[in-house]
Amino acid sequence: MSNDARIDGYARALFEIARAEGTIDEVEDELFRFARNLDSSDSLRNALTDEQIPAARRQAIVEDLLGGKATATTTQLVSLVVGSGRGRDLPAIIDRLVQRASSSKSLEVAEVRSAVALTDDQQTRLAAALANATGKQVNLKVIVDPAILGGIVATVGDSVIDGSVRTRLEHLKARL
Amino acid sequence: MNLFALVALIAAEEGKEPHRDSGGMVTTHHWLLPETYELIYGGLAAVIIFGALYKFALPGIKKGLAARTERIQKEIDGGQAAKAAAIADAERIRSAKGDIEGERSRMLADADAQAEAMLAEGRSRLVAEVAELEAKAEADIAAMSGRAGAELQAEISRLASGATDSLISSELDAATQNDLIESFIAKVGAGR
Repeated sequence: MSNDARIDGYARALFEIARAEGTIDEVEDELFRFARNLDSSDSLRNALTDEQIPAARRQAIVEDLLGGKATATTTQLVSLVVGSGRGRDLPAIIDRLVQRASSSKSLEVAEVRSAVALTDDQQTRLAAALANATGKQVNLKVIVDPAILGGIVATVGDSVIDGSVRTRLEHLKARL
Repeated sequence: MNLFALVALIAAEEGKEPHRDSGGMVTTHHWLLPETYELIYGGLAAVIIFGALYKFALPGIKKGLAARTERIQKEIDGGQAAKAAAIADAERIRSAKGDIEGERSRMLADADAQAEAMLAEGRSRLVAEVAELEAKAEADIAAMSGRAGAELQAEISRLASGATDSLISSELDAATQNDLIESFIAKVGAGR
């Protein structure tokens, strides 16, 4: 089995479990946030993917991190993937799960990076604006990323709408 | 005196009474000459002995002398041959010495030529190496200068970028951030 097929298999299984539990929206959101944290933290990624660390120990790390902060389903799903030695594929599995969950609701995943947190109102209006711009209903996933300095970068499918201060600054530097 | 005269003298003396001294002791009749009969017997014995010697010993002596002469001649011949060989050797050595002198001169000349050639080659190689080293050093200096300049430029750029980021971050307060977000939403919403 290829790695892509394995990732897809895990994503489908996790999606089905979360849907069966009736917490797909919540689980999907928590998993997405966890995946982004995993992307941005080398030490966490190393701890969860290090084969030298026993699986039970890696699962204990997951439970320490998510216990009480995420739903039990989310914690168990992450623990399941990490325990089976697929921690390295976890972000890809979660991204695939988020796509699957969005597709099941005929939504397109819109990954939004902002330097500061968005209010609920801003998220609603942004989702509407993106739907208007792309012609698709979107499942908004907001990531707070101070590296963009200010503004927003929105990715919907293959389209990227970049309104970040970081990009404007880079353009200015290039011009200078 | 021949032998017959001696025998006659002895015969004349044979019939004489022996001489006696005052004490009656017998003495020889002459202070030098022996008694006649002693002369006869002695002479005969001498003749026999000399005859025997001539007959038996002389050939051996002659033979020994001839062998000795032959041996000496051989030694002389050997000595002459050795002398001739020594002279030849001396001549050969003198000749070889001459050759050695010539060879020595030739080898010294060759060594001088080789040394000169090596010296010339060494000089030229040294000059080439020095030139190469100088060129390499100049290239290294130029490269290092360029690299240092590039590194300095990159470092300045990085520091400037960091300083710009810090400055902009400090300038972007909550209201500005909110304005940027609202501006983005408005812009995207009006996009289609």
